[in-house]
Amino acid sequence: MISALDGETGLRVAKEKKPDLILLDLILPKIHGFDVLKKLKGENETRDIPVIVLTNLEGLEDVEKALKLGATTYLVKVNYSLEEILEKIKKALG
Amino acid sequence: MNFKGILSQFNIVAPCRKYGLSLWQCPQFLFLIMGGIIIVSSLATYAIGNRYIEDPLIIALVVIFITTLLFIIAFIITQSFERLVEANRMKSEFVSIVSHQLRSPLSNLKWVIELLMSGRISSVSEKQAEYFRILKENSERMKELVSDLLTISRIEQGKLSLKKERISLQGLIEKVIKELEISAKVSNVEISFDSEENLPQIIVDPDQIKLVIGNLLDNAIRYIEERGKTEIDLKKKNDNLYVEVKDNGVGIPKDDQKYIFQKFFRSANIKRHQTEGSGLGLYIAKSIIEKSGGKMGFKSQEGIGSTFWFILPIK
Repeated sequence: MISALDGETGLRVAKEKKPDLILLDLILPKIHGFDVLKKLKGENETRDIPVIVLTNLEGLEDVEKALKLGATTYLVKVNYSLEEILEKIKKALG
Repeated sequence: MNFKGILSQFNIVAPCRKYGLSLWQCPQFLFLIMGGIIIVSSLATYAIGNRYIEDPLIIALVVIFITTLLFIIAFIITQSFERLVEANRMKSEFVSIVSHQLRSPLSNLKWVIELLMSGRISSVSEKQAEYFRILKENSERMKELVSDLLTISRIEQGKLSLKKERISLQGLIEKVIKELEISAKVSNVEISFDSEENLPQIIVDPDQIKLVIGNLLDNAIRYIEERGKTEIDLKKKNDNLYVEVKDNGVGIPKDDQKYIFQKFFRSANIKRHQTEGSGLGLYIAKSIIEKSGGKMGFKSQEGIGSTFWFILPIK
């Protein structure tokens, strides 16, 4: 498990390490999670990595935008227990 | 009727007051002033024109002067509109930021507590488990309060977006009863549900309506002392589905009744669970029902019980 503290680092690490799954928050320092998502889905090396958006923003517009940009699932942190998040991760990994 | 009374009749300054704008920054009020000036200037122009009909230059100057005045006022009005829009934008940005800032630590708290309670980090003694439970309950309460506040802010901004699904209201009520079964048992309250047969389905946002029913039922259970009974009734009335939640609890004092749907209002005669409850539930419930095209009301007598009802249109 690798963690990145901001979008740019995350993108770099994703390209280098090619993880099986990415958990992406939306409110990040420097650039917004949506921009990170766009870049992830725009680059060949990272396009096929499933992305779960994990955030506390719960507006319908944000959910739609994330799914449209290619996120696999959109989870609002406060609504899920750890067990439930683990389930969703297992499911996304197939 | 005084000036303020007349203004409130036309609901002119209410939206401006909401954003803390003064009367002279309020576009609606400025429009009124502009209208007044147009009328006055038209009459004045006619009078002056009549008087100086021999001297067109004076008439032209007067017209130019009044037109300039009107342009200036129109400019001020557009500026005040900008201020209104800006205030609105700042408010929604504030809510968005606050919701994130408050919810992030709350979700972190929740998960760390779950991790500690699970025993995976180290074994948990009974006393520890009890304290962890207190932590968990309190963070749940905070989380619900933040959610309520967010919902209210969306309601006030008219941004409460409701999904639309075709559902059976009977099924929804049964689900809510099932969820509150344990809480009712603990409080020694019996729940009975009576529904008419073959009721049509309605198009509503099931999550929101579930919230409303849950709130009414929770209140009924909460405000019953010792033991009691709450009856839920569902039937068709004209073009609506009518739901009634009746309890034989403490009732609402007559003096408090007109405030019952207000934000943060809590009746003085709360006998049980004195610290829980934010006073937001009924305000949110009524707003959801009204946004869904329905109506909500109640009747209550102190010492006898309360009956809360709502109707939803069948479309």
